[in-house]
Formats: sequence, C-alpha cells, structure tokens
Amino acid sequence: MSEKWLRITIVTAMIALVELLCQTGVIPRMVMIAPSQMVVELAHILVSGQFSADIATTFTNIAISTVLSILLGFVAGLIIYSLPSLRDALEPLLASYYAVPTFVFYPVFITLFGVGSASIIAIAVLLAVVSMVTATLNGLDRIPRVLRKTGQIYRMSRVKTALLIELPATLPYLFTGVKLSVAYAFIGVIASEFILSGAGIGYAIAYAYNLFENGHMYALILLVLVTVTIVNTFLNMIDRRLQARRQR
Amino acid sequence: MPKLAGTLIVLLTFILLWQGFHLLVGASAIASPLQTLVKLGSLLGTAEFWENISETMRAFVAAFVLSLAGGIALGIVLGVRRLAGNVAEPILTTLYSIPKVVLYPLVLLCFGLGISAKIAFGVMHGLIPITLFSMNAIRQMKPVYRRTSQVMRLSPSQSAFTVILPAILPEIISGVRLGFSLTLLGVLIGEMFASQRGLGFLLTSAINLGHIDTIMAIALLLTVFAVTCNSLMMLFDRQLTHR
Amino acid sequence: MSAAAAGAKVVTLMPQPAPVEAHATLRGVTRVFQLPKSTLHALGPIDLDLAKGEFFSVVGPSGCGKSTLLDILAGLSPPQSGTAHFEGKPVAGVPDGVGVVFQEDASFPWLNVRDNVAFGLRRAGVDPAEITRRVDYAVGFMGLKDFATSFPAQLSGGMRQRVCIARTLVLQPRLILLDEPFGALDQQTRLLMGDELLRLWRETSATVLLITHALDEAAMLSDRVGVMSTRPGTFIDFVETGWERDRDSRVVSTPHFGDITARLWEKLRVEAMKIMSSGKV
Repeated sequence: MSEKWLRITIVTAMIALVELLCQTGVIPRMVMIAPSQMVVELAHILVSGQFSADIATTFTNIAISTVLSILLGFVAGLIIYSLPSLRDALEPLLASYYAVPTFVFYPVFITLFGVGSASIIAIAVLLAVVSMVTATLNGLDRIPRVLRKTGQIYRMSRVKTALLIELPATLPYLFTGVKLSVAYAFIGVIASEFILSGAGIGYAIAYAYNLFENGHMYALILLVLVTVTIVNTFLNMIDRRLQARRQR
Repeated sequence: MPKLAGTLIVLLTFILLWQGFHLLVGASAIASPLQTLVKLGSLLGTAEFWENISETMRAFVAAFVLSLAGGIALGIVLGVRRLAGNVAEPILTTLYSIPKVVLYPLVLLCFGLGISAKIAFGVMHGLIPITLFSMNAIRQMKPVYRRTSQVMRLSPSQSAFTVILPAILPEIISGVRLGFSLTLLGVLIGEMFASQRGLGFLLTSAINLGHIDTIMAIALLLTVFAVTCNSLMMLFDRQLTHR
Repeated sequence: MSAAAAGAKVVTLMPQPAPVEAHATLRGVTRVFQLPKSTLHALGPIDLDLAKGEFFSVVGPSGCGKSTLLDILAGLSPPQSGTAHFEGKPVAGVPDGVGVVFQEDASFPWLNVRDNVAFGLRRAGVDPAEITRRVDYAVGFMGLKDFATSFPAQLSGGMRQRVCIARTLVLQPRLILLDEPFGALDQQTRLLMGDELLRLWRETSATVLLITHALDEAAMLSDRVGVMSTRPGTFIDFVETGWERDRDSRVVSTPHFGDITARLWEKLRVEAMKIMSSGKV
C-alpha cells in the first residue's frame, strides 16, 4: 500500500476507534462527544449562523496579522540584510527570539490597547514577524552570486535585477516564511482569543467550555482543526512546487 | 567577542525605547524599566512569589522530561523505520500547526484542574517538535557513517553508541532547545487559562487587577529565564560538536 | 622508469581463471535491483582476479556499477549470483583484513584527528600502547602530525580524506578498496594524493583496488586497469601498464603514459557517449 493510503487508513482507523469508545460510553459524554456528533454539531452551527460573527472576527484577525507579519517581516529583512553591522548585532537576538515566551506579553498589549482586535493582532504579529525576517535573510543569503553577475552581464538596472532575478530566486525561501507566518498567526490569534477576549472562535470555545456546552465547544474545535488542515495542505502544495526550484 | 558589543548596543537602544514609550503613554499603561526591576525585586522577596515559581517549575520540569524522553525515543524509532516515519511525518506536522489551545478544554476534562493538566499542556507543546527533530536527525545522518561502522565490523551497540549517537546529537539538541521553549509556553498558557497557582495565574490576576508593573515584572523574569537557558544550551551544543 | 617506457607496446591481457592463489576473486557476479515497476541490472557478469600486492584500478562511465562492485568485494552487499572470495574464503559480511576508503568524507566531526584515526583500533579492543604506536605512525605517514588535535571541520577536503586513509591504514588491511577517494579534490591535489597512495601501497604491500573516473589517475597509479562498460557493467578490457613499483606522478611526462591513456579512452569513449546521448549523465 502506498504511504498516502497507509496514512489515510491509520487516521481513519484512529477516528473510528475514538468513535467507538465514545458510543460505548468508555469515554463519557461529559468529557468528549463522538466524532460523528461533532460533525453534526458543526453543520448545525454553520447553518444557524450563531457563531458567524465570531468566525468572521477570527479569520479577519488572522488575515490581517498574516499580511502585516509578511510585509513587516519582509521589509525588516531587507533592511537588516543591507546593513551588515546591524545584522551582526541582531543575529544572536533573532536566534534566541523563539526561546522567549512571547505570549506573556499579551497582557502588556491588553493594558495598552484594551481587550480587542488590536491587542490580538499585535501579539500575533509579534509571534509571526521574526520567522518572516529570518526567512527573508535566509533567502537573500541563498541567492547564488552568479545570478547577480548574470544580471550585470545583461546590463540590467538594479531594480530590474531585483525584480526579475533576485525575487524569483528567493521565492522558495520567502514562502517558507509565509507558511510559518500563517501558522503563528493562527496560533497567536486563537490563543489570545481563548485566554482573554470578547469575541472570536477562541473566545467562543472558552465560553462554551465554561458553560458546559460541549456540543458547541467541540463543533468549534473541529472547525479550527479542519480549517488549519486545509490551509496547511494548500500551502504545502504550493511549497512543494517552489521547493523543486531550490539550489541543492 | 567584538560582535557582542553590537548586540549590547541594540539591547540598550531597546531599553531606551522602552523608557521613552513609558514616558509617552504613562505609568498606568507601561511600567518603566526601573519600575519593572524594582517590582521584580520586591516580588522575589516574598515567599508567596517563590511558591508560584516552584509550582510552575514543577509542572515545567515534569513536562519537559516527558517530552524529551518520549520525543527522542519516538523520533529515533520513526527515523530508523523509514516507512513509519514517512507515514507519520505529515500527521505530526499537521498536529504541530494546530493551535493547541483549542484542545485545552479536552485536556481539562480528562485531567481535571490540577498539576497533571498543566504537565499535559506542556507535553502537548513540546513532544512533537522534539520527535520531528530527532526523526530528522536520524534521516539526515550521512549514510557513509553507517557504512564505515560496517567496514570496521562494529557490533550493533557499538555502532549505535559510538557512531550514530554522536552523529545525530547536534540535530537532537536543536530540537531539545525548541522543545524547551514550547513546553514552557504550554505550561504558562495552561496556567493563564485554568489554574489557581503559578506564574501564569499571577499574570492573569495581574491583568484583572490592572497591575501593569507586576505583569511586566513577571514577563521580564520569564524572558530572562528562557533566554538564559537557551543560550546555555547553544553553548553546550557548540562545545559538544566542535563546529 | 620501466622498460616499457623505452617504447614497447602496451600489453593487454584478457582475464584468466585464477592461476596461482589470487588474493581476491569475483566469479560471475551480478547485482540486480528490484524496482516497483522494473528490474535494474546494475552490474555483471563480472569476472575478476586480483593478484596479491597488485594495484588495480577500475574505470568506467557513470552508473556502470563500479561502486556496487566495490560493495560486493568488501562484503557490504551480497551478489545476486556468482561468488566473491577473499584469501581463499567466500566473502560473507566484511572480512577481516579489508579496508575501505569512501568517496564521501567519512571522518567523524565529533572527534579530533587522532581520535578519528584511533577509532577502529579502540573499538576492536587493541592494547592502548599498540594503538598509540600505530596512530602515531599513521598520522606521521599521512602528514597529519601538525593537525593531530584539530577537528575535521577545521581541515580541508584533502586533509579529511587523509584522515580517512590513516584510519584505514592503522587497521593494517591486506586489501584496500578506494571508491573515488579523490573525486572531490582539485586536479593538483589529486596528483599529489596519488603519490601518497603509491607510498602507502609500497609501505603496506597491500593489494589495492581503486575506483576512479579519471583516466590519468588510473593510468598513472596502477599495475593494471579494468575498463567497464555501461550498465550492466562488465569488464570490456584489461590494460597492463608495466610500471615499476617505485613510480610516482612524474610518469605522466612519459610517452608510455600517453599510450595507456589513449588505449583506455579508446574503449571508454564509446561507452561514455552512450551515457551522454541517453541524457542521464
């Protein structure tokens, strides 16, 4: 059996096992509802639209955070790349950045901006932006010098070289940064909504948990899981196409 | 180490910006660097604060040890058994990208509100990256090392301990570094969401009480702790591998 | 230089059944790989006899199975059919007395030069005093004495290969197999490393089998060169060089060297062009 089918079989088997354990009551309803039940509940809430506002809020926040991180990260990466002494100074800090539990600064943003989208976007961007910076630096590093020389031989202007030669050459690496930014934006937004917020999917899950509304809670959890899987699969597809271009 | 001078300048600039920002928005929004340090100092003087620290640390250490042992073992198995590794990898990377917070209610429903839930959160965050890095460490190992141990007619255990282990160690340490940070984060977020003790809980109650200096003091403490540990691990890595 | 340099023609020999006790033999060896949708005949049939103390090179186009041949002779991989013998006994697993130098850098980055070279001896439980003696000798012999405490990351590619050769040398192998050991080095370094290899060969009196894609290297270093065809690789020619035992890279300036190289290329060119036109270089 090919790997893909093996994987699908295993995942399906595990879900079936959970389903069985829930239906027979080995896993109590109070703890978790059956997967089939989750799907039904999800269908309900999508149709009834009772969480549409929250869903819209979350996805908007994620989208804004992603775009901001990518743009800021890319520009910052360009600037840092062009100032080698700045880069040398920042390099140890960038390497340690993800050691910092960035999320603990969320309360600081709440104090600044209050509870709302602004704080959430701020912390999500803070989480995501450095991965874009690192990816940009990495990509610019990896442009083989011979490509730039080729541009010179063709007597191309600086701008043209950047757009027609350097940018396509960096694209596979930049896209790695994009993927990571999306992932961190998802995590940052939903975690923030979960901990302290008034709106959004994360908030709705926490709210449902506090009110023992397992049906709604699991429906929303399933929604997040499915969305993340779809987005990731899509991004990975693009990534694979781009990675084929990478210099070995 | 001349390069470190540049880094220090950047840090100083950051502190100056912090001070400037504080003057801009006022003490009720952002505490100044000095105020933060003073508050941290006074907190560290109280027994209660230390109890909270130990609560967090107990959960963290347990979670980290579990993630480490489980992640390395699982990663090595998946690295050696190619088929299992190829099948499992996309599943693991997908699980990795799920915002694990959304699964917290499930964990709480399973483990209740005690320290075991916190440990579970930590492991949820740290296990997968350590597994993936360990798996990759085995896969990336140069095949010529194995052939060399064959030619030298080493026994399987000699091969494992004197060739394979040193060869994969750097990659594993990278995974451990990441796992460390993520496990800490998992425990903290868990405490922020559902706990009556620990540093995460102190953060949440400080938010509710509007004590910005406490918030920043704890954030500073955690940052310093995390960065110090990370730097130590990086130093250890460099020492060990002579690269 | 040898008598052959005086203008005698190159003598070509076809393979003979093992007369006197050959040091290592391959008889009717083939290797077939089963792929999902086809079978790949990687090698064979191969008949080869290595005389004791001989320096034998194998040249051939890419993908002809040269490395597979080495693997089979070293016991790293079994033949599909046919037999492999070393010192009269069938090869099952890596025999005692066989050393291999690989194409890729196999030096262990976590050990310094001395520890790298001593590695095999320590694992085999050799007496520490003996280890020190042999390691000192090998490190000196390969010109690594000034770098004994350096780590491979601090050394050039050529130095690292010397470490690998030293590591093989200390085990006192009677058969030394080298798989394009100098492939990653520049031409000038290669020529000098070739001289080192000849020194090693004379010093240890080992039998040497060298795989190389460089005709000049094969022609310069060997007593005998085997030319392989494209996949599935078989020997299509054996060329005796007739060099003296105390030769070095300066043989390249003799006309005889040109004759040998021409002879090798004559057969090899046809095979190499087949690869080129198939697009899979």
